[in-house]
Amino acid sequence: MAELNINERQAGDVTVLDMSGKITIGEGSVALRTAIRRLLEEGKKRILLNLAGVGYIDSSGIGELVSSYTAINKEGGQLKLLNLTQKLQDLLTITKLLTVFDVYESEADALNSFK
Amino acid sequence: MTGETTELSLPSRIDTVATAAAAVAEFVGRSGISDDAAFGIDMAVREAVTNAVLHGNRQDEDKTVDIILKSSPDAVEISVHDQGPGFNPEAVPDPTAQENILKTSGRGIFFMRSFMDEVDWSIRPGGGTTVRMLKRR
Repeated sequence: MAELNINERQAGDVTVLDMSGKITIGEGSVALRTAIRRLLEEGKKRILLNLAGVGYIDSSGIGELVSSYTAINKEGGQLKLLNLTQKLQDLLTITKLLTVFDVYESEADALNSFK
Repeated sequence: MTGETTELSLPSRIDTVATAAAAVAEFVGRSGISDDAAFGIDMAVREAVTNAVLHGNRQDEDKTVDIILKSSPDAVEISVHDQGPGFNPEAVPDPTAQENILKTSGRGIFFMRSFMDEVDWSIRPGGGTTVRMLKRR
């Protein structure tokens, strides 16, 4: 089984990536990078990452989230995060990245925020 | 339990990070430490081994990453040794400083220090760097 599984769906003009597994150095980080690059190439710039199923992330994975965020911003898009586990929220808090990312607990609220 | 020591010698490849983490998780599971502490140890070990593979040994498969795990009634101690030229941990910028928050790397040592009670580095006489990390029970 892949380290990180990513399922893509469309909610209006927002692309939602439902992710499960680990975003760690190697396969997991690369999978996220590849998915975000592909979406940008397809012109999909409003992206919501549903991280409910991501039980583990390391510094490489955190770096990949930051890289995704800056790449999407650079293209005039928006990246938002949904359903952080407590552990991921703790990591984003201590790294002060919780002040950078737009984070939601409800998918409806997250989707509305893109409007 | 009175104590246990385990030694591992692993190749300098990215997949060694997961191998080391799995071995440490098994060791830590036997040591009877709390789940929260085990999570912190797992985070720190992954970062330490990543640094050893990438920055220490530069993925040279002729070089190994050597890990020593010790548990005692008071703590779990993990040492990760590489064969690289060494570095100054104090020279690594603070990733939480405003100008560094959006950097895509440089958080590994910060995580190690955040999740462990003691972290220190030493240069071995024979070459290489050892990071020693301690988590108290």
